[in-house]
Amino acid sequence: MFNGLTLGALLVIVAMGLTIIFGALGVVNFAHGALYAVGAYAGFVAYEYTGSFVAAMAAGAAFLMLVGIVIERGLIRLYYQRPKEDQILVTFGVGIVLVEGLRAIFGGLNRNLPAPSWAGGIVNLRVTLYPTYRIDVLAIVGLSLVLLYFILYRTRLGLIVRAGIEDQLMVNILGINVTRTFMTVFGLGAMAAGFAGVINAPIVTVSPDMGADVLVQSFVVIVIGGVGSFWGAVVGGLIAGEILSLAAMIEPAYSQVALFAVMALVLILRPQGLFGVQGRQ
Amino acid sequence: MAQRKRNSVSRRRVLQGAAAAAGTLPFVHVSSGFAAEEAIGNWPAGAAGKTVFVGVTTPLTGPYSADGVDHLKGYQLAIEHLNEGKGLVEHMPTLKGKKGVLGKKITYKSADTHTQPNPAIQAQTGFITQDKAIMVTGSLNSAVAIAIEKLAQRYKVINMVGCSGANETTGVDCQKYGFRSQPSAWMAAKALAPVLGKEIGKNKKSIYLVPDYAYGHSVEQSTGEFTTKELGWKSLGSQVCPLGTTDYSSYLLNIANSGADVFVNVAFGADAVASCKQAKQFGILDKMKMVVPNISAFQGKELGPEIMGGVYGTMDFWWTLAETNALAKVFVDTFHAKFNYRPSWPAHIAYTQMMVWADAVTRAKTFNPIKVIAELEAGHKLQMPLGEVWYRKEDHQQVRAVPVVVGKTKTEMRNEDDFFKIVGLTPGPEVMPPDFLGCKMPTSA
Repeated sequence: MFNGLTLGALLVIVAMGLTIIFGALGVVNFAHGALYAVGAYAGFVAYEYTGSFVAAMAAGAAFLMLVGIVIERGLIRLYYQRPKEDQILVTFGVGIVLVEGLRAIFGGLNRNLPAPSWAGGIVNLRVTLYPTYRIDVLAIVGLSLVLLYFILYRTRLGLIVRAGIEDQLMVNILGINVTRTFMTVFGLGAMAAGFAGVINAPIVTVSPDMGADVLVQSFVVIVIGGVGSFWGAVVGGLIAGEILSLAAMIEPAYSQVALFAVMALVLILRPQGLFGVQGRQ
Repeated sequence: MAQRKRNSVSRRRVLQGAAAAAGTLPFVHVSSGFAAEEAIGNWPAGAAGKTVFVGVTTPLTGPYSADGVDHLKGYQLAIEHLNEGKGLVEHMPTLKGKKGVLGKKITYKSADTHTQPNPAIQAQTGFITQDKAIMVTGSLNSAVAIAIEKLAQRYKVINMVGCSGANETTGVDCQKYGFRSQPSAWMAAKALAPVLGKEIGKNKKSIYLVPDYAYGHSVEQSTGEFTTKELGWKSLGSQVCPLGTTDYSSYLLNIANSGADVFVNVAFGADAVASCKQAKQFGILDKMKMVVPNISAFQGKELGPEIMGGVYGTMDFWWTLAETNALAKVFVDTFHAKFNYRPSWPAHIAYTQMMVWADAVTRAKTFNPIKVIAELEAGHKLQMPLGEVWYRKEDHQQVRAVPVVVGKTKTEMRNEDDFFKIVGLTPGPEVMPPDFLGCKMPTSA
């Protein structure tokens, strides 16, 4: 149960990036898993040079913000007016280019980003021993969510983003500089993915394909939680983490199946997702 | 009248024709005596030109990609050596002084299997039907290996199986056209058990982490069988996980709380790396001994001696054999010179499978698969980097030594690739399953 919480926390932060981008820009970002992997590698490189995990987190987030902005300016912006299928194809393509780029630079070997020294040990939770780092992840994710919440709900940028999620046309009509906002939003989304990549790296292994599963799972998270909803991503992520973890303890072969079954159930009973708003584009 | 006459002529002609046909009957008979020389699979079409084509599939993406890259390099080196008469070729009596196989240069294409059977089957089907492959090879996963074996059997093309540890590959799923060199799970477990008894002890409690496909279940079953029978170990059960799992926390929590003495980790490739690393984080490696029945190609490099030090397991080949075997030295040195690291065992399988095949073709003096199979089945004993090897006719499993290894600690390492110490090299005949693990090999191809 507790394990599901840490698993879910990681999903929350990846899904958050996806849901912000989709909500505000209407772009289904299939490159999100690849951005997550790029983030992990950026963190890995920073760690190799500095030996500091905090530097790795900062580098992963900052570098991915930059990558996100470059991708948005260079490519995605040309696709806002094009059909959804084109957007899916182009982001899918970007994802492949990024993953293969990683493979070309770093090779296929699994890389290791160790847990920071202040979180290396094991704690005794009475019922079981548990890695300290996984508990710290909860705190790290919690903190970054608070920060993101602040940006989205307490700043002018957040207001525009949320307004964009509700009614893009209206925001345009009000004469707000959407170009810059869109760029920032995509950068923020990519940053969330990259950050998640770094904090997940000490748990999983760093390899070019590491984002593939995460992409699928975070789509499930936002479908369960409701597309474009902050709280939807949070609750969806935690639910998905619990399902994966509990199902794996009972009947491992069905843990992924259980996840999709729950998603199907949500789609039948509440198609807009738990926290979604009906009829949103 | 005229008409009648014409008819009678015609009748006579028919009779003449019949007589002529009867006269040629002995010749017809002779040519049917050459039935074995009739086209079969891609022969002779695939061997008609100056080159012959070999179809190679290895995973370059997916959980076994690191091993797959090593595997592919083994093929590249072997094909280069065969075409130029270098490397091991210079030390093999049948091939020495020759360039190419039967004078034909080998060409190849390789395809990425994504560590899954479907892409592998698609690629090999293309290689067989479009490129007229005379031989197919490569895999890093028993599910893929078994699928390719069935495909090659259907198309009647020789298949020198790549990496595959499941018992089924040369057991219940054995094929006339398929030949495997890697030790089966059964052989590995038989070689490993005595070492475990000596180093870890008898009457221990064990728990398994098992990837959910042919290989995982094979290894669990065989390792369980030998440790129970020979060491009195008791299995507390297994945690079965899907191939390609990235987070093992749920399984590891169960393992950590199981009260076992020994953690048998069957996960392979990236899965092995992730699960071992997480097992360390969960404190499992501090309270249990870890055994990895079949250690992945780069598990030492990827996890480092902090985790792999003291871990027991088997490997198809480890490069320090070069210190005791001159042919292993030829392979390791030429590989190291070309690729700048010492080869791991998937490269060894690729390299030696190519050499063994070339030897059989040269002995058969033809690419005709039926004759090549006959040579492979004949049990010619070849000197290879592992010592003497040959194939068993009954199940097409290679009889070869099985290296048992233990992970070195950091202070024991002499160079950047020195992760394992060979603690045993069990001779092939001692580890062969006497009952062929359910293989019923047909007598004719």
